[in-house]
Amino acid sequence: MTLSLYISGDTTARALGADALVAVLEVQAAAADVPLNIIRSGSRGAFWLEPMLEMDWQGKRIGIGELMASDAEGLLATLLDNPESHPNYLGEVAELPWFANQHRLTFARAGEGDPIDLNTYRALGGLQGLERALSLTPDAVVEEITDSGLRGRGGAAFPAGIKWRTVLGAEADQKYIVCNADEGDSGTFADRLLMESDPFQLLEGMAIAGIAVGATQGYIYLRSEYPRAQLMLNEAIDAARLAGVLGERVLGSDKSFDIEVRLGAGAYICGEETALLDSLEGKRGMVRAKPPLPALEGLFGKPTVVNNVLTLAAASTVLAEGAAAYQAHGTGRSRGTLTVQLAGNIARGGLIEVPYGISLREIVFDWGGGTRSGRPVRAIQVGGPLGAYLPEAQWDLPLDYEAFAQAGAMLGHGGVVVFDDTIDMAAQARFAMAFCVAESCGKCTPCRMGSIRGVEVIDKLVANPADTAQKILLEDLCDTMEHGSLCAMGGLTPSPVRSALRYFPEDFGLAAEAS
Amino acid sequence: MLQFYQPQPDFGTPLRESEQTVSLTIDGVEVTVAEGTSVMRAAADAGVKIPRLCATDSLEPFGSCRICLVEIEGMRGKPASCTTPVAEGMVVNTQSDQLAKVRRGVMELYISDHPLDCLTCPVNGDCELQDTAGEVGLREVRYGFEGANHLSADKDTSNPYFTFDASKCIVCSRCVRACEETQGTFALTIDGRGFDSKVSAGQDELFMDSDCVSCGACVDACPTATLTENSIIDAGVPEHSAITTCAYCGVGCSFKAELRGNTVVRMTPNKDGHANEGHSCVKGRFAFGYATHKDRISEPMVRDSIDQPWRTVSWEEAIAFTAARFRGIQEQHGRNSVGAITSSRCTNEEVYLVQKLVRAGFGNNNVDTCARVCHSPTGYGLKTTLGESAGTQTFASVAKADVVLIMGANPTDAHPVFASRMKRRLREGARLIVIDPRQIELVDTAHIRADYHLPVNPGTNVAILNALAYTIVEEGLQDSDFIADRCEEPAFAEWLAFIQEPQHSPEASAEFTGVDPELVRGAARLYATGGNSAIYYGLGVTEHSQGSTSVMAIANLAMLTGNLGREGVGVNPLRGQNNVQGSCDMGSFPHELPGYRHISDAATRSLFESHWGVSLDPDPGMRIPNMFNAAVAGEFRGLYCQGEDVAQSDPNTHHIEAALSALDCLVVQDIFLNETAKFAHVFLPGSSFLEKNGTFTNAERRISRVRKVMPAQAGMEDWEVTQALANAMGCPMTYSHPSEIMDEIAALTPTFAGVSYERLDEQGSVQWPCNTESPTGTPIMHVDSFVRGKGYFGITEFVPTEERANRRFPLLLTTGRILSQYNVGAQTRRTANTVWHEEDVLEIHPHDAEQYGISEQDWVGISSRAGDTVLRAAISERVKPGVVYTTFHHPVSGANVVTTDNSDWATNCPEYKVTAVHVEKVAEPSQWQRRHREVHRLQTSLLAEAGRE
Repeated sequence: MTLSLYISGDTTARALGADALVAVLEVQAAAADVPLNIIRSGSRGAFWLEPMLEMDWQGKRIGIGELMASDAEGLLATLLDNPESHPNYLGEVAELPWFANQHRLTFARAGEGDPIDLNTYRALGGLQGLERALSLTPDAVVEEITDSGLRGRGGAAFPAGIKWRTVLGAEADQKYIVCNADEGDSGTFADRLLMESDPFQLLEGMAIAGIAVGATQGYIYLRSEYPRAQLMLNEAIDAARLAGVLGERVLGSDKSFDIEVRLGAGAYICGEETALLDSLEGKRGMVRAKPPLPALEGLFGKPTVVNNVLTLAAASTVLAEGAAAYQAHGTGRSRGTLTVQLAGNIARGGLIEVPYGISLREIVFDWGGGTRSGRPVRAIQVGGPLGAYLPEAQWDLPLDYEAFAQAGAMLGHGGVVVFDDTIDMAAQARFAMAFCVAESCGKCTPCRMGSIRGVEVIDKLVANPADTAQKILLEDLCDTMEHGSLCAMGGLTPSPVRSALRYFPEDFGLAAEAS
Repeated sequence: MLQFYQPQPDFGTPLRESEQTVSLTIDGVEVTVAEGTSVMRAAADAGVKIPRLCATDSLEPFGSCRICLVEIEGMRGKPASCTTPVAEGMVVNTQSDQLAKVRRGVMELYISDHPLDCLTCPVNGDCELQDTAGEVGLREVRYGFEGANHLSADKDTSNPYFTFDASKCIVCSRCVRACEETQGTFALTIDGRGFDSKVSAGQDELFMDSDCVSCGACVDACPTATLTENSIIDAGVPEHSAITTCAYCGVGCSFKAELRGNTVVRMTPNKDGHANEGHSCVKGRFAFGYATHKDRISEPMVRDSIDQPWRTVSWEEAIAFTAARFRGIQEQHGRNSVGAITSSRCTNEEVYLVQKLVRAGFGNNNVDTCARVCHSPTGYGLKTTLGESAGTQTFASVAKADVVLIMGANPTDAHPVFASRMKRRLREGARLIVIDPRQIELVDTAHIRADYHLPVNPGTNVAILNALAYTIVEEGLQDSDFIADRCEEPAFAEWLAFIQEPQHSPEASAEFTGVDPELVRGAARLYATGGNSAIYYGLGVTEHSQGSTSVMAIANLAMLTGNLGREGVGVNPLRGQNNVQGSCDMGSFPHELPGYRHISDAATRSLFESHWGVSLDPDPGMRIPNMFNAAVAGEFRGLYCQGEDVAQSDPNTHHIEAALSALDCLVVQDIFLNETAKFAHVFLPGSSFLEKNGTFTNAERRISRVRKVMPAQAGMEDWEVTQALANAMGCPMTYSHPSEIMDEIAALTPTFAGVSYERLDEQGSVQWPCNTESPTGTPIMHVDSFVRGKGYFGITEFVPTEERANRRFPLLLTTGRILSQYNVGAQTRRTANTVWHEEDVLEIHPHDAEQYGISEQDWVGISSRAGDTVLRAAISERVKPGVVYTTFHHPVSGANVVTTDNSDWATNCPEYKVTAVHVEKVAEPSQWQRRHREVHRLQTSLLAEAGRE
């Protein structure tokens, strides 16, 4: 009998040694003349356990984690004989508290099977959303999205239903669905994981969007740093076309929809939707002034839905399970689930999908297990490089867009980066400005010129903390950037700077402000 | 009236047109504007200037400088007023403490990377950055000046007319956007990102090495001293200005001549000029230095024979000398032995006076104009079919065209400012058909690619036009309602039978045209069914033995498809010279009085007779070729040549030179001692367009004022000289100002009845017809019916030219223009424009070059049955195999030594565009070129002797 094993083929697992593990197992199988089938599933996102091996054992899907090729002597024999005897045996994967306490909708299939096998996708409940969408009127599909409360997962959290409604209502000979897969925030990897572990879900979500708004062409704008995702997407697109899921008659309907993957060229700003559209059009990626909204004049001037990978993927869940089911998760105006990506100095890093409303402290300590260095956590940056640094006083904030906004922070794309007590927050503030220097598109003055002056002013301030004029200038500069910038790049760069200055003044050599 | 210099008003964002209006409140002032208007422009309407740097009303809003932020009730943040459109009931505040702080904050950033050398800066006092810093109240730059900066960035001085000083750049992208939106060349970009963003020509090249065409749009758009005219750097900002009209091509751009004293320091395209709407090209914008070139001759000169030195004389003596010579010739050889050629570069008033002098003073009708050799077939063809000798549209009409058909024209070189307008429409998605033997730039250029390029063999235009019409009829694509309603039935029926003859099919005509029939059919379908279709054509249509037939065939196509009488369609001749339309309008042709009325028409004649107090000869006089033939025969002996260089520009130079040499008295009125003047007995120094008052009429029938901004170098304006000569010849003229001449023209010419200098001052310009029916002029002609009543379908049988490739002359030479040079080059060769085109070259396809053993830069001898010359070779795939191409901007090139005296059957317009030639590699210039050099040396020495007197 053939032995079937699941080992992730995603970028992180491979970086941690999954390919070597596969090679060792294949050598052992050949030597023992054991028929072996290794399925390169996608990762489930528990990167702290990768490389992880899974197999069906006595009716359960069990796992063995942190399995390095160097420690794999006699591994095959153990697996054949009694995997439970392996020192790294994890038991039933789904029962691990790290997974069991999550609430996986979007990432439910991640790690289950071959990501580019359409039959597996169907068997795991895929395409139900698309089938349902095809049975509804476009208006009803948009209504479902609106009722689900789904908001954009790229960071701005704009209600997807309103955006889709606008595109649906726009008169045009051509409309587009554009997937923003230029995942550039520090500490984020959810989009990549989805594209590598469950690419069909994204294609399905885009097809639903296309059917909803009347678009026949979709583009995935993928950052060039994701070659594996590119491969998986293209193979999935080929398979979907072959099976009639994409193309002229989607699932035998009279609707057509096709998708093409386009690569970025390494610019963070091209994750901003209008710069992305410029880049997709073959131009230099420059932020466009709004209006016109991309929903009305987007790609090549045509009405365009621009949504993040996770937003589009969630659309398939909404359609498959119904707006009410999706809407039942979450809190306040933040409905559904949030995909948190735990990174930085963290003991158990990886992807956690939970309903909105859980606190940051639960995420970092219950799931993350505190710092990897074992030192105390000092600051947590949420929402990418433009997100605020949060001190302990704010770790009980519920993960909710409005609650974070009220605290001068943002959830963004769900990236959580943890720092221990060795961090120099003045250096982090300087880095925020320096990041903006490197990544500004250069169009608007506050961002183009303000960022470099920001670096200079912080240097002067740190060199001479007694120079209060520099602190006032830095605060004024932050105001100018926040109020004056054309897009969120320059507008939000002050956020990490201000939070560092406010919560960690001692790192700048300043006394704490009397509150 | 003296106009002190001030920058042209700027409303920040372009005008929007909409039937819907929107009312809003800005700083407490209620204002109603067209839907789509920006808050910034609405504020300007409400009398509120919002500070800004990256916005200007010639460019689409961009939103980068962040100075123009405002507060709008109910809207989050501080939206940019340039990119935010108005909405009903909007309440806008442009001033608040917060806004003031942000604006100052942004300005502080700008100035932290700007050299503070205002007092020694060339645009001191004329700088938007300086003004805006003042407006926002910047008082200090707390960042200091030791931080990262661009202050040591290199200057790019490669362009002869302007300097790019990157140290002063604020990266507002106005130059980049002007290059894209206004000019359509896409030579500029922003290179790098973030703080390293910088304006870059091409791939970080020098301006001169990039695709830049020196139109000046970027210089105009720059709000700082980054892009500055060298003339301003040298002379300082102007102190007064006057609106005038460019004296180069038939686009007729309106310019502000900006001066310090009597010195023009800059020509700035006038935003309110309807022909150009604030755009310009390298000629009009920069190449005005010829007006003060050392070669200008500022004193009258005479001599008894052309081998004698010139003698500088007073105006009185020169006029008396001329009058006596002409009277003497007429007494001895008859009234018809003298005549005149009017200039398409002179004003309407000057041209009118010369034809009046001929008809009323010489007593014959021997007056012709250089339009004879360019657009006379247009006059004939359009008059015959539509009823008026002029283009049907206004330039702005192209913005409504869905299909543009260009035939025998090269707008990006010859009519660059109109080409930019056309390119904008093409980038918006209008489709393009090009019919030209050569791959002109528009066939494939930045963001534009022709849907169809039909590379027709030279001399077969009629065949291809017939094939297009055949296809439209065969496939039933004609507009039958339009034809039934607007066109003459019997003529159409006859034409319909004619066009359906099998020899007109694309397949059958391919034998002549060399064009794939499928391309022809595709182009025909597109033209007939693509929406509004507009035809633009040039000398590649007219300068043929069947030029007039081609023009008629073009008019037929437009009538056949109903593409006349509204915006976006029409038949549009692209006129070569600034006033070629006007010179024709003014009665320059031997058979026509002003307004295209035949001299044989007794009623018209009596109108002029009673006004002028003379009786007029009812018979048409001699055309230019007739004059030259008669001169060679000894029957024509005196010629007054106004501002035209026939020795260089007319075909078959040997013949022209023989004719000129045979004259007893050749009078040349010009600003330079041109090629023709080398054969002259009297030289009357002319005044440039900057030195006189008058009007020019452009290709869209637009009459625009030419205003005197400096004294006439020779003391007299051209019209005054003609008047003096007329008076000396007993033909009294007493005008004290050109406006009085225009009043006379208006009184005697129905299509000009409403034209006056008062109206021109009031409207800026007027498109004729302008009379009681259309008191403000006529942008689009033939709206409800044709001028002739019903449109006339003329029969357009294709007759191949005799000028065919054969064993002896196996290639066909065709000629054209280049952007930087103008016509015979008399003006542009005396400017820095020569850096772009030092000499005329022969373009030859690589296959032909290989066959004849010719390499790049080789001397190539080109011979035809008329003569031979030598040019350097430029190997190019723009021409197709079997066709060679050159320009004629330099006299020494002798392009017209090669062209023949073949001409249009109806108008005698020369067949410049087809000459069968033989080419071979040679070692030295031709005999004619050697002789030309000798003549040039001799005449220059004869001129020098005059200077010593």
